[in-house]
Formats: sequence, C-alpha cells, structure tokens
Amino acid sequence: MHDAASPWRKTEDGQSRYVRLWRWVVVIMTLVSFTPLIILTFLNYFQYKNAIREEIKERVNHITGMTKHSIEFFLAERAAALVLITNERSYDELKDQGELQVVFAHLKNALGGMVDLSVIDPDGKQVSYVGPYARELAGKDYSEQEWFNKVIVQGHYVSDVYMGYRNLPHFVIALSASDKDGRSYVLRATIDSSTLDELLRSVNVAPPSELFIINHEGILQTPSNRHGELLGKANIPTPPYVDHAVVSQIKDPQGLELIQGHAYIDNSPFILMVLKDPSAAGKNWFALARNLWLILIFSMVLILLIVMWISYYLVSRIRLADEQRTQALHKIEYTNKMASIGRLAAGVAHEINNPLAIINEKAGMMMDMIGIIENFPEKEKVSKLMEAIQNSVGRCSRITRRLLRFAKHIDLQIESIDLEQLAREVISFLEHEAKFRKIAIEVIAKGEIKPIESDRGQLQQVFLNILNNSLNALSESNREGKIKVSIYPEDMGFVSIKFMDNGPGIPDEHMKQIFDPFFTTRSEGTGLGLSITYGIVQKLGGRIEVQSELGVGTSFTIFLPSGNMIGGDIK
Amino acid sequence: MTSMKVLLVDDEMELIQTLAERLALRDIEAEVATDRKGALELVEAKEFNVVILDMVLQRVKGTEVLKDIKKVRPELPVILVSGRGSDEDFREVKSMGAFDYLIKPVAIDALIEKMKEAVKA
Repeated sequence: MHDAASPWRKTEDGQSRYVRLWRWVVVIMTLVSFTPLIILTFLNYFQYKNAIREEIKERVNHITGMTKHSIEFFLAERAAALVLITNERSYDELKDQGELQVVFAHLKNALGGMVDLSVIDPDGKQVSYVGPYARELAGKDYSEQEWFNKVIVQGHYVSDVYMGYRNLPHFVIALSASDKDGRSYVLRATIDSSTLDELLRSVNVAPPSELFIINHEGILQTPSNRHGELLGKANIPTPPYVDHAVVSQIKDPQGLELIQGHAYIDNSPFILMVLKDPSAAGKNWFALARNLWLILIFSMVLILLIVMWISYYLVSRIRLADEQRTQALHKIEYTNKMASIGRLAAGVAHEINNPLAIINEKAGMMMDMIGIIENFPEKEKVSKLMEAIQNSVGRCSRITRRLLRFAKHIDLQIESIDLEQLAREVISFLEHEAKFRKIAIEVIAKGEIKPIESDRGQLQQVFLNILNNSLNALSESNREGKIKVSIYPEDMGFVSIKFMDNGPGIPDEHMKQIFDPFFTTRSEGTGLGLSITYGIVQKLGGRIEVQSELGVGTSFTIFLPSGNMIGGDIK
Repeated sequence: MTSMKVLLVDDEMELIQTLAERLALRDIEAEVATDRKGALELVEAKEFNVVILDMVLQRVKGTEVLKDIKKVRPELPVILVSGRGSDEDFREVKSMGAFDYLIKPVAIDALIEKMKEAVKA
C-alpha cells in the first residue's frame, strides 16, 4: 500500500506521471553519483596497479644490482687470489708440481669451487698442473686457443661456462704474470660453476621468478627453470650492454608479461638475468583489487537505495504540494464562480423585483376593483385569474429573495452556540411538515459538546437547508422516513454535525454537482439551498462532506471549528 | 381607524400611482413624488404620518433623500423599500434613522401593517 502522496497511487487518468518523474530523478541522480565514483575507482585501480608494478621493478632493480655486485665480487675474489699467488711465488716455484700442490691446497681451503690450477709458459705449453685431469692435460699446448691469446693481450680472462672432462659445467679464470726475471707465464684456475649457481640461489627469490646467467651470445651459463637448458640458447633475447642494472618489461615466447632486470658482469662474458612475473607477485594486488571492486559495488548499491528513497520522498512531497495547489485553485475557482453568480443573481433579482412590484400592485388594484364593483362581469373568473397572477408574483418574489440571499455577503455575528439546542430549534420549525410527511427526526449528542463560537443565524440557515433537502428526498421515498442528527466532538478543535437520512440516495453522476448553484433535480427547486449552505459553512471556517448510497440514504456532515476560526485564525 | 397620510416616493410612477389608489381604497391618503425635489417640497409643505421611500431613485440614492427628510422632519418615520435587499443597505438606513427596510414586492397588507407600526412607534 502507498500513502496518499505516493508516486504510485494511480490518478484518475491511469498511470501516475509522478512515477515517470521518479524514474527520471532516480536515473539522473544515479548517473550523477555513479559517474565520479566509477571514474575514481578505475583511476585508483590503475594507479594501484602502476604503483605495484613500479614497486616490483624497484625490487627487481635492487636484486639485479645487488647480485651483480656479488658475482663481480666472487670473480674478483678468485682473480685476486691468483694475483696473490703470482706475487708470493716465483715462476720457478710454481712450475714445481709439489709446490703448486701446496699452493692449490691453500687456495682450495680458502675459496670454494676450485677444480684445478695450472701454470702455462709464454708459448702456451702447460708446465705444471694440480687437479683431477693431470694425466689428460699433462704438457697440453694452449698456444692456439683463443682464450690464451686473450689472457696474453688483456692480462686477465674469465671464460664462458663449458662442460669439461667430467662432464660438469665449469669455467676458467686465467691471468698472465711475469716474475722478477721478466719471464711471463699464465696462471689458470678452473672453477666449478655450481658455486655460481649457489651464489644465485642464495638470493632469495620466490618462484616462478628466477635468476640465471647468460653469456653475450645468449647461452645459459647457469640452470633456468623456464628459459632454456644449461649451455643451450635462452628463449629470451639478449639484452643490450649497459654498465649498470637495468629493468624493463618483456614478453616471453608464451606471451607472458615479465619484468626483467639485467646487468653485464664486469670483466666477464656473463650477463645476470632476473625475471619476475608481475601477476605472481600480485597476491596482495588481487586482494586489493577485489576489495576495491567490492567497495565499488557496495557503494553503488547503497547510493542506489538512498537515491531511490530520497527521490520517492521528494516526488511524494512534490505530488502532495501539487495536489494541495490544485485543490486551492479549485477552491478559488469555485469561490470566484460563486461570487460571479452571486453578483449576477443580485442584479437579476433587483431588476426583476421592480417590475414584479408593479405587476403586484396592478393585480392588487384589479382585485380591489373587483371587490368594490358589485356587478363586475365574470367576477369569479376574473378574481381567480388575478389570484393566479398574484400567486405567480409571490412565487417569483420567493425566487428573487432566494437569489438575493445567495448573493448576500455573509455578515457574521459571532456568539456562543449550543449546537444541540440549535438543532432542536431548527427541527421545531419543521415539526409540522415532518409530522405531515410521517418523518421522524431525532437529535443525538455524543460525548461532551461544548458551546461553539459561530453565527447563529447562518447556522440555522445551514441546518434548515440540509434538513429541507432530506425532507424533500424522503418525500420521494415510499418507506418510513427517518432523519438522524448526530453531534460529535472531533479532533483539532472541531465539532461535527451529521445529518443522516434513509432516503433514496444521490446517484453518482449528481454527487459532483450537488453544491453547484442552480443544480436541482426537483421541478420546483431553485438549486440554491445546498450551494448557499456550502458557502456559509466555508465562511464559518468549516467544511461539509456528503456520502450517499442509492437505496440506503444520504448523510451530510458539517465540520465546524469550536472556536471562532473565521478568517482562518482561532480567536 | 385613524386616517393616515402617507408620502410615496419612487421613480416608478406606475407603481406609486397604483399603490396610492389602493391605499385610498383603504382610507389611507397617499401623495406621490418621483424625485428628490418633489419629495422634499411635499414634506416641507404638508403633514405626513409616514414616508415610503425607494432606495434607488433617478440619479440619487434613497439614503440621500432620507437625510433631507430627516433634516426637515426628524420625527417623521420613513420606511425604505428596495428591489435588492442587502445587509449593508439595511444597516445603513437603520443607522440613518429609517424605521425599516423592506424588499419589493411588498404585499399591501404587510405594508399597511408596517406603516401602522411606524406611526405608533
């Protein structure tokens, strides 16, 4: 059920236009509220996404830089150990297998991953060797090998990782040195590359992110889970040379977006690669995004409900205001109509009364003459004709007097009135007529009815008009007529007087017109009684309501203010 | 019955002449005037027991004529008659000393009754 002002209450012409208004208000208010909310949420979403990506990049950059330094330190540490050996021992000592054995033992104790150590003369021929391949490498000539020439030229060399005799990956650090006699030679150490793997593993990176090393040709130097086999070609492009750690965004062959950090390791063929899957790093991001969307949906639902309720409230108020204004306009229209008709009626009554007075006097004169002249021809017939004229004048006169009363400005004389007593007084005027028509009239006062401040004469007129109306209605009915006048105290300082009859009732099509001037269903009625009643009740600050059911009866209820409310204020 | 003398003032000559004749038939002497001047001349010249005066005369309101009459003969009762009965008119003429205010058409018996009351008062 909707309240009286609800937009959903149907109007007489069907669907309420206030429902359409409500829909429009809801749509517009929703759009206005949702648009900035959605824009803000999307902005936040992308900002957070970017911020998290930047954070990942920063972390990758940090790991790359840090690991680059660790590897460089690892290589530099081993190179420095070789330099120390060349400084501490002479070439002759190093050529001595036993001496080299001692040096290698110290070296192996100090630094992990050392596989072997060899000394190579300036012609590229191995002169001494300590390690597991003494037999295979004894007297080996390296003069034609590229690395040997590089050592001679550069003084220092780190090789790519390669599979040796034991089929284990390792790499070589070599440096050229010269003793105090000016004899140059090369000191070469082979290092198990698993030490490099361990170094990378020590950097705590959660899978599927990973760290590995490739060489300048893109060959994997350390194992990788997803980017190729050891000593095979990596499935990602070799990044260009930069002397510091660099972070970029790449796509792997599967199209997966990756954050890549890389750094060229100084004085080596190695490139450190750090690869991170941003979506895998985004568990927090996923939770954040989910919360963001949940907040958005919750806010939208909440806003929608509030908008719907506010719109309902506003449109109801608008409807109420519209209806009150329409009612006020109708009232003004009615008052204006009454006033116009009143002025017209007064003019007509005045213009008719003068000639009516002449007719009355002339007819009277004729009657006088008929009375005086003894042998007046057709005396009886002419007398009747004159009487008919005078009766008609009387009837006209009654009509004009009613018209004048209708037009009359109601001049109120306020006094304290006992409504029950007043009702009984008025009923006493009609007692004879009621008895004649066999109509019973009773008065009932319910509750404590205090005297009201109103105009006695006008109220008498109102009661009289309504009772006359009921008497006339009951005369048309065959059943035993009853009129019940009930007086009740009402809320808000009002008193109601209900006149209920068991007459034939008023058809629906007449209900809207019964207070209109000149509306009557009786041939001899003027149609002014109820109209005058309506005007008086309004003047007295009250209102009148009518209810009727065909075959059951009609009730007129007058609501009157207990105090003097003429002019709208309680005085 | 004491004979009464009445002055009828109305711009409708037809009306007051007939009324005068009817009053005469009832032993009431009536004179007529159709305007302010005629009415005043008659009031000044003759003795009347009562005046019946129309509220609306040609170019002048009955209340003006009432004022004139009251100036000359303050004790003379005047009954106003009018085609339109309004509370304002009623209050106005009463305050100006008129005996009563009746709405046309007035039955002759009722008029005579009212005249008698006025004379007695």
